[in-house]
Amino acid sequence: MLLTLAVNTRDGYGRQGSGHYLNNTSWETAAIGIMAKILVPLKRVPDYEIKVKLGPSGKDIQKDGIKWIVNPFDEIAVEEALRLREARSDVEEIVVCSIGPAETSEQLRTALAMGADRAILVVTDEYIDSDAAHRILAELFRRGDYQLILMGKQSIDSDAGQTGQLLGARLELPQATFASKVVIDESWSTAEVTREVDGGLETLKVSLPAVITTDLRLNEPRYPSLPNIVKAKKKPLEEVALQELGVDVSPKVRITAMALPEQRQAGVKVGSVEELVAKLKDEAKVL
Amino acid sequence: MIVAILETTGQTVPKSALVTIAAAKQAKAAHGYQKAVGVVVGGQGVEAAANEAARFGLDEIVYVQHASLEPYLALAHEAALRSLLEELSPKLVIACATTRGKDLLPRLAARLDAGQASDVIAFLPGGGFRRPMYAGNIIADVEVTSDVKVATVRATAFDVPTAESASCPVRSIEFSGSATSAQQFVRFDTVASERPELTEADVVVSGGRAMKSAENFEQYIAPLADALGAAIGASRAAVDSGYAPNDWQVGQTGKVVAPTLYIAVGISGAIQHLAGMKDSKTIVAINKDAEAPIFEVADYGLVADLYEAVPALTEAIRKAKS
Repeated sequence: MLLTLAVNTRDGYGRQGSGHYLNNTSWETAAIGIMAKILVPLKRVPDYEIKVKLGPSGKDIQKDGIKWIVNPFDEIAVEEALRLREARSDVEEIVVCSIGPAETSEQLRTALAMGADRAILVVTDEYIDSDAAHRILAELFRRGDYQLILMGKQSIDSDAGQTGQLLGARLELPQATFASKVVIDESWSTAEVTREVDGGLETLKVSLPAVITTDLRLNEPRYPSLPNIVKAKKKPLEEVALQELGVDVSPKVRITAMALPEQRQAGVKVGSVEELVAKLKDEAKVL
Repeated sequence: MIVAILETTGQTVPKSALVTIAAAKQAKAAHGYQKAVGVVVGGQGVEAAANEAARFGLDEIVYVQHASLEPYLALAHEAALRSLLEELSPKLVIACATTRGKDLLPRLAARLDAGQASDVIAFLPGGGFRRPMYAGNIIADVEVTSDVKVATVRATAFDVPTAESASCPVRSIEFSGSATSAQQFVRFDTVASERPELTEADVVVSGGRAMKSAENFEQYIAPLADALGAAIGASRAAVDSGYAPNDWQVGQTGKVVAPTLYIAVGISGAIQHLAGMKDSKTIVAINKDAEAPIFEVADYGLVADLYEAVPALTEAIRKAKS
């Protein structure tokens, strides 16, 4: 029999947020350790397959009738949380959360169908910048008892790449950004993370809890199966009104204008490989 | 005052730091600041790098040298820069959008209660920032409303400044170090590849779904890439089909590249792929389908069967280069 016991380490058992095995129990010889909870924030973003068009305000894109998806980097974070659980028996819960309009529940359901256990949606129609997002996520983190925050390194709409690091600083947690490999130790006290940085791969050891942001190479997310999509409809999805959190979400970055970049002109068709090489050599001068 | 955080490698000032100096000068003029100060933080050798950085027209260079600051760790650099920024109290803090700059600047923004504009390509008169969104499919002008503002700048958007005859003043600020063990350096592995890194390569050869297999990537794309000294890329369709590893992916969900020459082989040109390569200087497309959208952005299009055209092209380029 495997006994598992959630050890609250915030009240004098030891290092904050880290668990340890209680080897000298008189009950059984079974391993008794911390059961970890993982928080995975995700964002609802326009599908990368759509052609982005300007909206009527000139300060936003055309959002009516477009397809929305889970930010691909966040999907990698969900997948990584699932793989951690599949590789070991001490992940108690994978909680996905998001901020946005009520329809954001669709993206949270996708994550639940992939295998996350429950979801929290902070409902708002307001414009939320990275600063506001990290304040909200910090509040959600404080309301749980998480060992790890896993999230994408950036969202493919605003491309700001800030929220994870802001969150790390706000919560006084270490961070490992752009992760391509994550190894958590037995007792959930440290993570060894390989990061994709300029010129190579850097490996860091961070104490837990920590913020880890995911890069492309970390994994390839699964597609939810049909039975799991059906099951996901019954998983708990808690909606929280933004006002309930008491967080200041006034944006610090405002968009004043948007434009499409200069369009590239189509060039010429060449008739043969020889002509192509001649053009590259003499006209474009790139050979 | 503007503070430009300059990333150094040992005693030298790399291109990313030089373009950050150029960005600081642009910001100073456009946003009307009195002074632009360069900040260098690191271990042994930082003083020499600071002296070198002083030759490029900033008003002052301030450096912090401490053993705990090498190799770079976000938490240690955050601690050093916090105490330094407290002393300088700038209104704008910038750094290059390298992986280090991206890692560090939001942490400082949180400490300074500042909003951050990421990947800035221009500082606009009146105080605005111009930056790409949606993988470069949108160019946005943004205002940062906080008292202190933070920005990362895109290296390719600024020109390397030329050295001036006189250097600006250089001084050091004491830092007692930070004793955190929450983040520790384990190792750095330089990626050992005979091919250049995808995002830094002068030439990129990419394959799409029409490659049909990983073996065909090896048999057709690799020799062409090697003849050109190019990096290999792939479309998302090719990655999803298992023909190429994920880190070869060029596009909105992959890597954004802007080489001198981009050769798209058997790539139809989905929007998400175009977002990742459309800023390349010269684009070549080879595709059987004359209607493929890739031809709308290609400078030179060749409608042909790739299995015949690519080996012929590889051979022709080998000849042209020898």
